[in-house]
Amino acid sequence: MSILAYNGSAVIAMKGKDCVAIASDLRFGIQGQTVSTNFEKIFEMGPHLYIGLPGLTTDTFTVLNKLKFRANMFELKEDRKIAPDVFLSMVSNLLYERRFGPFFVEPIIAGLKPKTFEPFIASMDLLGCPNKPEDFVVAGTASEQLYGMCEALWEPDLSPEDLFETISQALVNACDRDALSGWGASVYIIEKDKVTHRRIKTRMD
Amino acid sequence: MALEALLGVKESFVHPFAAEEEGKGDFVINSFNNQLQLSLPPLANPLSSRTNFESEECGRKIKINFDHGTTTLGFVYKNGVILAVDSRATGGQYIGSQSMKKIIEIHKYLVGTMAGGAADCVYWDRVLAKQCRLYELRNKSRISTAAASKLMANMAFSYKGMGLSMGMMIAGYDKNGPSLYYVDSEGQRTKGKVYSVGSGSVYAFGVLDSGYSFDLEDNDAYELARRSIYHATYRDSYSGGIIRVYHMKSTGWEVISQQDCLELYHKYKDDKPLLSQ
Repeated sequence: MSILAYNGSAVIAMKGKDCVAIASDLRFGIQGQTVSTNFEKIFEMGPHLYIGLPGLTTDTFTVLNKLKFRANMFELKEDRKIAPDVFLSMVSNLLYERRFGPFFVEPIIAGLKPKTFEPFIASMDLLGCPNKPEDFVVAGTASEQLYGMCEALWEPDLSPEDLFETISQALVNACDRDALSGWGASVYIIEKDKVTHRRIKTRMD
Repeated sequence: MALEALLGVKESFVHPFAAEEEGKGDFVINSFNNQLQLSLPPLANPLSSRTNFESEECGRKIKINFDHGTTTLGFVYKNGVILAVDSRATGGQYIGSQSMKKIIEIHKYLVGTMAGGAADCVYWDRVLAKQCRLYELRNKSRISTAAASKLMANMAFSYKGMGLSMGMMIAGYDKNGPSLYYVDSEGQRTKGKVYSVGSGSVYAFGVLDSGYSFDLEDNDAYELARRSIYHATYRDSYSGGIIRVYHMKSTGWEVISQQDCLELYHKYKDDKPLLSQ
């Protein structure tokens, strides 16, 4: 078993019309044993900027702390909030610094660009190779199942309500085919003037 | 027969390689008439460690993720035997099925549960069902639970060390009353009162041992079995789906309930506030 699948996780982000969504499962486990079912893998990094860090949980926290430090330093130096595309470069650089001893996380970034409020999503592998598609990004142990669900459900220009429904269905049904993720889910819908956070009920086995 | 002959199918009960030498290229089917004679791995020593196919000829690891992961339990009490199982089949971390039937009815007074390799369990239970039926026809009486479980243990023992993976409970009701046996692919066979087998068995035992008593009433026994499996499905990733509870009575087996885990989660979460957080 890969160390990336040691704790189990599923994270997904999608673009909609003038909005983005990012969602994750809530399981924290050690291989087959479910330890906690209240474990958030999505973190707020600024207004309209969220990062999901699926993978090895210990590295989730290490990477999160390092990123918070760098983002704060950026804010102090530049006297402005960090933009999603700039943040992507920051994460990518951080990960590539450990090219020969990587952090076992596959980050997903979702947000709205400042001023234009243009939707932004991106994903990375554990070495920091950025990927910025036009539709959706997925990561975690259920990524194959998530790709299948997204390819079937996603369509362009979804409204915030439809985007919530689509991302939730994709996540819940993908987790139902993965033993290491699920046990509840958390969904963020990011719009220009508000961010909605919802917990969704899922199967608990 | 004609078509078999045309295709070069040969019935043979001898060692497959002996047959191969006399007629090269012919199919040799050993398990056709005798299910106990499976074809052996094509190696000089079929019992060598290579028979588990863990690595290929250059030494690179081969990973075969066959269906695995289960929680099953069984216990004897004053009114018979209770068996309860989950229904999830996983291949590695992938959930292959949420509706596996892990209790196999061998006949009216004999049922087996399966844990381990799904293919192994289904195949050998089917062979056992045949043996039991033949015994009944030959002897005009049903086979005892002890004898049936011994047949299974002997079959498993003959393939010991060749990679079979099974952990099964055999529950029956015969003239000696209810009984429960544990049989596994290592050839172990033991009679007992309380068993739980599979990846989720540790969690199931936690609940089962705290509530078990020989003098349980029927409904309490069903509930104990159901709850034990439920808590195993919650903690163990490789167990889940539908929880099936069977009761082996003096009148034969009976299905008590088949409920989805989610249904039970909502039922139990009010009793245990910690779980719902």
